Amino acid sequence: MKKLFVVTVLTLLFLILVYSVLEMPDFASLNSPAYNDLAHYYVANATEEAHATNVIAAIITDYRAFDTLGETTVLFASILAVTSVLMGKKHE
Amino acid sequence: MNDLIVKTIVRWVIPFIQLFGVYVVFYGHVSFGGGFSGGALIGASLILYAITFGLKASKKMVPHKRSQWMESLGILWYIALGLVGIYTSAYFLGNKAAGFYMGEAGQLLSAGIIPLLTIGIGVKVASTMITLFQKLVEENEDV
Repeated sequence: MKKLFVVTVLTLLFLILVYSVLEMPDFASLNSPAYNDLAHYYVANATEEAHATNVIAAIITDYRAFDTLGETTVLFASILAVTSVLMGKKHE
Repeated sequence: MNDLIVKTIVRWVIPFIQLFGVYVVFYGHVSFGGGFSGGALIGASLILYAITFGLKASKKMVPHKRSQWMESLGILWYIALGLVGIYTSAYFLGNKAAGFYMGEAGQLLSAGIIPLLTIGIGVKVASTMITLFQKLVEENEDV
């Protein structure tokens, strides 16, 4: 009885999941919610506002420079972790 | 590795890889690339050197103390440039509003904060790659 209940609930969840995946917008579709005004804004104004012809550079180091600071911190943290793990063995 | 052909070829190829890496870093705001890809190229050339000439030679070229400094200076340079924005009464990591030299789009000396930040990122990525490689090889060799 318990097993039947579990299987039924899991099948329902699976169907809900499949339904929502089918409802998702197609890859690179123009109607997807992620493709909004922001993309047009970047392409139209990056060269004018950041004076950089490389729009990607303008996005990652001007519009989203704070995000890039986080990425650099991740690099710092990763090297800190590796160094502390490998050095810890030697000092014991 | 102790092969004359490999050593000679690597000795010839490394300067070109590093020159290309420096180009990608410095022209990050004008053409393709940026700090991460250029730094990865420079780091890869240092790793190639370490593979070919051994850990000892690599440690002589990039000692831990030097890579440590590069590591820390890269991120401190980034944060200091961000604080310049606050000092000039703009926002953190501000570019045009913070009064950096903007120049003309498409020139090497332009885009204000972007090339400066890119250099910091490039130094950081290159030193991270070579330090991680040296640390992992060190563990294996039981120095």
